[in-house]
Amino acid sequence: MSKSINELQDEVIEEFALFDDWMEKYEYIIDLGKDLPLIDEAKKTEDRLIHGCQSRVWVEAEVLDDRMCFTADSEAIITKGIISLLIRVLSNQTPENIVKSELYFIGKIGLQEHLSPTRANGLVGMINRLKSEALKQLAK
Amino acid sequence: MVPFDVLRVRQDFPILQETVHGKPLIYFDNGASSQKPQQVIDRINHYYAKEHSNVHRGVHHLSAKATEAYEAARKTVADFVGATHEEIVFTKGTTDAINTIAFSFGETLKPGDEILITGMEHHSNIVPWQMLCERKRCNLKVLPVLENGTLDLSEIDRFLTEKTKLFSFVHVSNTLGTVNPAKELISKAHAMGAKVLLDAAQSIQHMPINVQELDCDFLAFSGHKVFAPTGIGVLYGKKDLMESLPPYQGGGDMIEYVTFEKTTYNTMPLKFEAGTPNISGVIALGEALNYMNSLDLQGAFQHEEALGNYLRSHMREIPKVRFIGEAPETCSTLSFLVGDLHPFDLGTLLDQQGVAVRTGHHCTQPLMQQFNIPGTVRASLAFYNTHEEIDRFITALNRSIQLLS
Repeated sequence: MSKSINELQDEVIEEFALFDDWMEKYEYIIDLGKDLPLIDEAKKTEDRLIHGCQSRVWVEAEVLDDRMCFTADSEAIITKGIISLLIRVLSNQTPENIVKSELYFIGKIGLQEHLSPTRANGLVGMINRLKSEALKQLAK
Repeated sequence: MVPFDVLRVRQDFPILQETVHGKPLIYFDNGASSQKPQQVIDRINHYYAKEHSNVHRGVHHLSAKATEAYEAARKTVADFVGATHEEIVFTKGTTDAINTIAFSFGETLKPGDEILITGMEHHSNIVPWQMLCERKRCNLKVLPVLENGTLDLSEIDRFLTEKTKLFSFVHVSNTLGTVNPAKELISKAHAMGAKVLLDAAQSIQHMPINVQELDCDFLAFSGHKVFAPTGIGVLYGKKDLMESLPPYQGGGDMIEYVTFEKTTYNTMPLKFEAGTPNISGVIALGEALNYMNSLDLQGAFQHEEALGNYLRSHMREIPKVRFIGEAPETCSTLSFLVGDLHPFDLGTLLDQQGVAVRTGHHCTQPLMQQFNIPGTVRASLAFYNTHEEIDRFITALNRSIQLLS
């Protein structure tokens, strides 16, 4: 049995609780960004591009055994790190669970400032895209 | 007058005493918007507590008081740029001022007429002209920018012709920091019979501006970049020229006499101020300029220049730093990139250390396309910044680069 979205969120929160300052936290996010499984170059197309981001972000959604699989890429490494956290929490989940999920980990690990639309880094756009891809599957 | 003292001046700006993420704020995003002195904040408060009513309307005491303060601010603005009060129109900002001219002056154009801009314009000095050109079947010409971030003046005679009806250009580039040779360009345009709009949004806070001396036909700037609130700006226009143009928006205040058959318009400047204006914004703008006038401005501008030089020389010591724009004449705005690091990443890590810079395309996407970059990191200074802040910025930048490498 794979872990639920909330179990995964709690795991991330626990990991981040170990960091004493912003530098350690961002070092970790940057490392995550470097390890993010990249989207195929050929799939970096306009329809996979999330608009409203200061750095370009592409997201690809696939369905494997009724579960959503996401891959993504961005030009900015911090953005990639944040996407990597999102993917870790939402990938391999059912479309239904993704749609109704409430992503509380972002605030808990002190990345809430990235949720402000004025940050223009597109975290809100990314979440919306992941959820709308799940919603599309539900509608099928 | 007391000689300029940056530490004393900083005390006038309450926000500069704030901390961000637990660190003292280093505000290097003045090109986007400047901070406000207490005097301006107090003036807004005083206006709403003691003086508010609608202007140019009532016979009662408050209306007269509000009108008096409003028109006094117009006089202050006029004096500040060397104009007469009838030549000062209050707008929402630079964008609104440019749109006003794009519409009104635009109405006088014929198909085939040309508008000239430059390759370093802000979107607000591109899009209104594109819209006008579409509406009037005119042509938009763009004077190219060289690799070092200056205008290609060798091309000026090819672009500025008898077809050019208006040359609208930026005095100081918000992205590159380049100071354009305004006076020379204006006189060249006039020699070809073209009118000139000077976008002073990034120069009004950094250097003395005199419209008589420059001889520009129109000048636009925003209040919020010159220590006043957002939502207020200025359009200067030569009086006779402005009188000859059709109004932009219709409504109250801009009329002389209205019947259902025909309306006659008010004279300058009210002809271009339809509707209840941003009264508190106007009064606060006047107060911001009063504040500037109370300073040793020459000393302030010299301090800014020294800061700009100090910043550039320290930035050059950082490996892989590349300046976007290296014009010989610049103001204290610096755009840069470090190796292949993304501006967003640098901006995010600088923010964590209390440093506010702008990252992105700075509303100059065509310029970014020319330099083939996604954006830049921009540090833009004001006279209230210090050498010590630059030192701390350099330390924060080095730390960010280290984290990202």
